[in-house]
Amino acid sequence: MSSFGVFEMESQRQIIERLRAAFQSGVTAPLQFRLTQLKSLLSLLEDNEPQILEALQKDLAKPKFEAVLSEIDMVVNDLCYTINSLPTWIQPSYVGKNLATKLDDCFVRREPLGVVLIIGAWNYPLQLILAPLIGAIAAGNCAILKPSEISRATERLLAQLIPKYLSQECFAVICGGAEETKSLLENRFDHIFYTGSQAVARSILQAAAVHLTPVTLELGGKCPCLIYGRLDMLAAAKRLVWSKFFNAGQSCVAPDYVLCTPEMREELLPAIAKALSIFYGSQPKQSEDFSRIVTDRHWDRLMALLGKTQGRVVMGGEGSKEDKYFAPTVVVDLDGSDALMQEEIFGPIMPILTIESLEQGITFINQREKPLALYVFSDESQVVNMVLERTSSGGFCSNDGIVHMTLPGLPFGGVGASGMGSYHGRWTFETFSHRRGCMLRGWGLERISMLRYPPYTESNLSWLRWATSAKKKSWGVCSVM
Amino acid sequence: MELMKAFQTGRSKPIDFRVQQLKNLQRFITEKQKDITDALKKDLHKSENGTLLYELLGLEGEINMAIANLSVWMAPRPVAKNLLTISDEVYIQPEPLGVVLIIGAWNYPITVTLQPLVGAIAAGNAVVVKPSEVSCHTAKVLELLPLYLDPEMYPVVTGGVPETQELLKQRFDHIFYTGNSMVGKLVMEAAARHLTPVTLELGGKNPCYIDKDCDLEIACRRITWGKYINCGQTCISPDYILCEPSIQDKVVEEIRKSIKEFYTDDPKTFIDYGRIINQRHFKRIIALFEGSTVAIGGENDESQCYIAPTVLRDVTPESKVMQEEIFGPVLPIVPIKGVNEAIQFINEREKPLALYVFSSSNKVIKQMISETSSGALLANDCLIHYTISDLPFGGVGNSGMGCYHGKSTFDQLSHLRSCLIKRLGMEQLNGMRYPPHTAEKLRLARLLLLKQVSLGRVRHLVQATTLIMLAAFVLALYYVS
Repeated sequence: MSSFGVFEMESQRQIIERLRAAFQSGVTAPLQFRLTQLKSLLSLLEDNEPQILEALQKDLAKPKFEAVLSEIDMVVNDLCYTINSLPTWIQPSYVGKNLATKLDDCFVRREPLGVVLIIGAWNYPLQLILAPLIGAIAAGNCAILKPSEISRATERLLAQLIPKYLSQECFAVICGGAEETKSLLENRFDHIFYTGSQAVARSILQAAAVHLTPVTLELGGKCPCLIYGRLDMLAAAKRLVWSKFFNAGQSCVAPDYVLCTPEMREELLPAIAKALSIFYGSQPKQSEDFSRIVTDRHWDRLMALLGKTQGRVVMGGEGSKEDKYFAPTVVVDLDGSDALMQEEIFGPIMPILTIESLEQGITFINQREKPLALYVFSDESQVVNMVLERTSSGGFCSNDGIVHMTLPGLPFGGVGASGMGSYHGRWTFETFSHRRGCMLRGWGLERISMLRYPPYTESNLSWLRWATSAKKKSWGVCSVM
Repeated sequence: MELMKAFQTGRSKPIDFRVQQLKNLQRFITEKQKDITDALKKDLHKSENGTLLYELLGLEGEINMAIANLSVWMAPRPVAKNLLTISDEVYIQPEPLGVVLIIGAWNYPITVTLQPLVGAIAAGNAVVVKPSEVSCHTAKVLELLPLYLDPEMYPVVTGGVPETQELLKQRFDHIFYTGNSMVGKLVMEAAARHLTPVTLELGGKNPCYIDKDCDLEIACRRITWGKYINCGQTCISPDYILCEPSIQDKVVEEIRKSIKEFYTDDPKTFIDYGRIINQRHFKRIIALFEGSTVAIGGENDESQCYIAPTVLRDVTPESKVMQEEIFGPVLPIVPIKGVNEAIQFINEREKPLALYVFSSSNKVIKQMISETSSGALLANDCLIHYTISDLPFGGVGNSGMGCYHGKSTFDQLSHLRSCLIKRLGMEQLNGMRYPPHTAEKLRLARLLLLKQVSLGRVRHLVQATTLIMLAAFVLALYYVS
């Protein structure tokens, strides 16, 4: 399937070469160009909100509220933030020098990388491809977008709208499935940004190694949620239920499973039931605010998981394949070896495992791969601190879920199996930039320079040692002249 | 892996442990100084003062800098909040990655192996140190590290290609490699299997453009110094010169003068002139002479791996010496017609690790900066940008990915974990995001919760007003519910 738009018949290679030529002409470098493109992207979102909502409804039955806040507004927010901040971000940052280089200019420039590839995912099909694009444009690159073929309606919409709003010379959308992605990856890019699964990430990293292309991988994992100590159970349950069942559990940062003591579980279950009832009513299937599973295949996978579990389903468990509805489901009485604990659930099934102590909970978490997010619900700060200090994860949030990723100042990314690199706000700009160290020396002070030339002597060495050593706070300002 | 277990005990995390290890590293360098200088003399014919100046001076500076700044580097880094999180703690917490593998190189075997180690220790990691087997005497000295550093936490693994390949099959949390692009690709590919992030400090052909308009005497002296240190075996040495034919003769003469000034008439017998690391590289470099005219030097002695400081003139782009990184004391001069042609020449090739431009014209320097890309750029000198710890040191494209020196090493070998510490209060405010979603809730949420205010200087006033409106809204909600 070729890309849409004017250059319909172009091959992937031709598209990439065209973008590379555009990059090399220098057209994407000026601040004005970048701002114009970003403002156009803003217009794309503002002008086409109904179409976007319709596409998201088709792909995921996404409730308007979720679509607006987590897809459109998140990108709009990031765009405004970037447009306002970009004139500052692209300024060179001057750095400290040592005495031997006092009269020189030392600074770091953020420079574009070239032609970058952004591969999107299907669960937030708009946000996950446009948010990286913001930084790629802001950093002065050309970009190829490869939206997920699974969220078909959004893919089509992006292929149609991007060429209308952004420079076709510099930005292109390439559509297709696994085959097309594989051949796309044989080409050389200056950065690859991928959101998706670990298995595919490995092959992307391997393809990138051939060209020494740096990559950002936004992956997933099983995000644990520890509930421990003194807390307001209903408030916690509401936030837990909200973050878990948002987008029917299909979020990379959704709390995957819960750990709590048996006593707390007794309080937690009715609180979850109450929250579910407030949010989705007694028949979540009828609620407009509850999403659907993206494809039959994913629905089957979730049903199969439920079939294999040794645990007990205490809420939900039913679904209907025709409309890909899967009820908000809670499973208890299972342990770490259960089928539900072997892979990222990525659906509206919440396993609750019991632990005897906080220590046991922390050990359980640390025996597994580092997750993208880690959650703790507790009113006791020592509990929160202990978990924070003794675990590792991409991001951490106490007493809430998901919202840490809405703050543009926080780098959003994984560690270990949950990914490498990060983005959002300025971090996206930095991801798609090369930080080039620059030093401009003068011609004078050759006498100082001569200290370093051969023949090497002890006395020259000790002068240089003194002149280049790190500044200590107790020293006053003095010059070696 | 036992090393993972050692890391998981948490011993390497407290600041006191890290500082102690860094001080131990300092002691190693001080107490074993004689062993180190002897080893480097045997490996690379480096004079004692040469070693002190080029291997140990910078390293000591980095250790001191890390010790002095560690508490600041390790501290939580606060981040801007939004209205929703105004009463929460929002910060980035640097954390250790786990087990880091450092693969050193043979050209500055102490510095390029131990400088990353400084940052790895400072960041709280456990580290496997794999020195290059090519600089075998230095590798032997580095085997003494466990006498100074915690042997469980920082083992040294020696050996050649098979041992390195075995190491690369293991899973690490980060791999830091210094060497050539070819092996860099293999390292990245091996890392891909475990989704391990990498820092690759590679090389390339570093161009050196000499403008007609500059002080040729000083320029050539600095270039001569930069080129023939360590017999040209420096990843950032100027690989080749680009200049106009009209100044070529003068350039050759000035370099000839400087060579004599630094290395006497007989560099072969001079203590401060090095040797090629081994016969394989010696033969490789000699073969590069083919088809080019020798203007200075050319003498060589295989039994000693000695190659005289050499300059080749009127070199063409197709000649052998222009096909690979020289990494030896051979300096080709490629005549070109002015800065535009020089820039074109540079851009037709892979992005280098360093780019040098010698000119008295700020216009020329600015043009070079804005129209090319490289790891770093230095105007009117060579190499010394390496000594500025605040400048990130690393490549781009074929010359590498990631960077280090100073705080950059610490950040590179840390995970910067996003943290959002919330409380369970203010539930009314949260209520806006919960289903059931109404048009009214959505409208207000868009207005108050997520939309950033993009009014520049009026921001504060509007934020204050918004806060008041928010308070009013909360009150309204309270009364409504």
